[in-house]
Amino acid sequence: MLQESMNYPSTQFATSRQMGIYEPFRQVGVWRETFSGGYGSNIGASTIAEVDSGQENKIGFGSHESMGPSGNDQESNRSADKVQRRLEQNREAARKSRMRKKAYVQQLETSRLKLAQLELELDRTRKQVAYGGSSFGGSHMGYNGIVNSGITTFELEYGHWVEEQHRQNNELRKALQEHATEIELRLLVEGGLNHYATLFRMKADAAKADIFYLLSGIWRTSVERYFHWIGGFRPSELLNIIEPQLEPLTDPQPLDFYNLRQSSQQAEDALSQGMDKLQQTLAKTLEADQIWSGETYGSQMAAAFEKFEALESFVSQADHLRQQTLQQMSRILTTHQAARGLLALGEYFERLRALSSLWAARPREPTESYAF
Amino acid sequence: MEKVLRLASANDVVIFSKSSCCLCYAVNILFQEIGVRPSVNELDNDPDGREMEKCLMRMGCSAVPAVFIGGTLIGSTNEVMSLHLKGQLIPKLKSYEQNATS
Repeated sequence: MLQESMNYPSTQFATSRQMGIYEPFRQVGVWRETFSGGYGSNIGASTIAEVDSGQENKIGFGSHESMGPSGNDQESNRSADKVQRRLEQNREAARKSRMRKKAYVQQLETSRLKLAQLELELDRTRKQVAYGGSSFGGSHMGYNGIVNSGITTFELEYGHWVEEQHRQNNELRKALQEHATEIELRLLVEGGLNHYATLFRMKADAAKADIFYLLSGIWRTSVERYFHWIGGFRPSELLNIIEPQLEPLTDPQPLDFYNLRQSSQQAEDALSQGMDKLQQTLAKTLEADQIWSGETYGSQMAAAFEKFEALESFVSQADHLRQQTLQQMSRILTTHQAARGLLALGEYFERLRALSSLWAARPREPTESYAF
Repeated sequence: MEKVLRLASANDVVIFSKSSCCLCYAVNILFQEIGVRPSVNELDNDPDGREMEKCLMRMGCSAVPAVFIGGTLIGSTNEVMSLHLKGQLIPKLKSYEQNATS
């Protein structure tokens, strides 16, 4: 509003008077109407406000001037006082208005910065959800605030691994669509198997850094985590995903595939039961009646740590099983079938990741509490 | 050393383990799933356990479970799992059975 009336002729004055927001201007308007022929026509409300100190004398002079012809000294003094008071009020109001404007602008600036920051964070979060990582920022901190560089490294590397996986899936898809040669497909299949081997190596390092982190599956997306089995995907599930892609199977493939399925299932069951037993014995160690104190604490802690280390062995065996299943699968199948199988596997995990981020972003009912 | 070999030949499948070892338990379960009942020797409950452990390490098996089929050292969990997935574990068991009966 200050801007609006800046350069307008005095006829605009009526508008600001009608607004009635800044009373002093109204008063000034009233004052101006009372003393006609007072001041220059180019004075607007803002001019009074912003240039008040410069105009002060002029106004004073002007009013004095206009007072001149009208009356006796006493009356003119009282009027002069009124004028002075009104001018004071006017200046005060103008000052307050400027302060308010300044505060408002500052608020806008701060909000703008905050918005930019939030947008950046949202973008980062989206990327992390898409890539399956679920902790934020550079360093991985347990809730006790201790930074685990081994885990931080793993998270970074896993992010890259997923990106590379995505790229390899695209390459496989393209090669299959464009009927690439046997040799080209073989290279892609080998590359794919090596890529999984890299993942298992990374996981082995992460297991040494923090086995519970790996077991929790927190490094994967939510849907993937749901299907987690001892720190990763189920070998039997792998075969279920691949099988439909392999038609037609030619002898001796059906039998070989059936045997592989059976043996991987048996191995899976054995490891599952072993894990259950481990959990039971660990629970017993921790629940033990005897109080964990003084002399016994050391040995009880050692017993617990021994079980924790056993977890590492189990995850290692589970990963070994996963890798062996992949290797055996590629041996049983032709290059073309193996390529299709790997692509199916890659697309399956991409699907799980996509579902996870869609699920996380789904519109939700706002949570409201109703007071009854 | 003799004790190890003697025990190792006592049955088709022999597992040297430790009572607290759950991976040994898992391997035992696997054999049972394919229809075999292994003999289990717990090193921590054997007076000669320490010696036997050293002997097994010299033979090439650094961790329990140490699995013998037909008196021959197969290896630990890794080796057993790999053999089974390759489909070679059952044939190996069968071949020993055949040798034993013939």
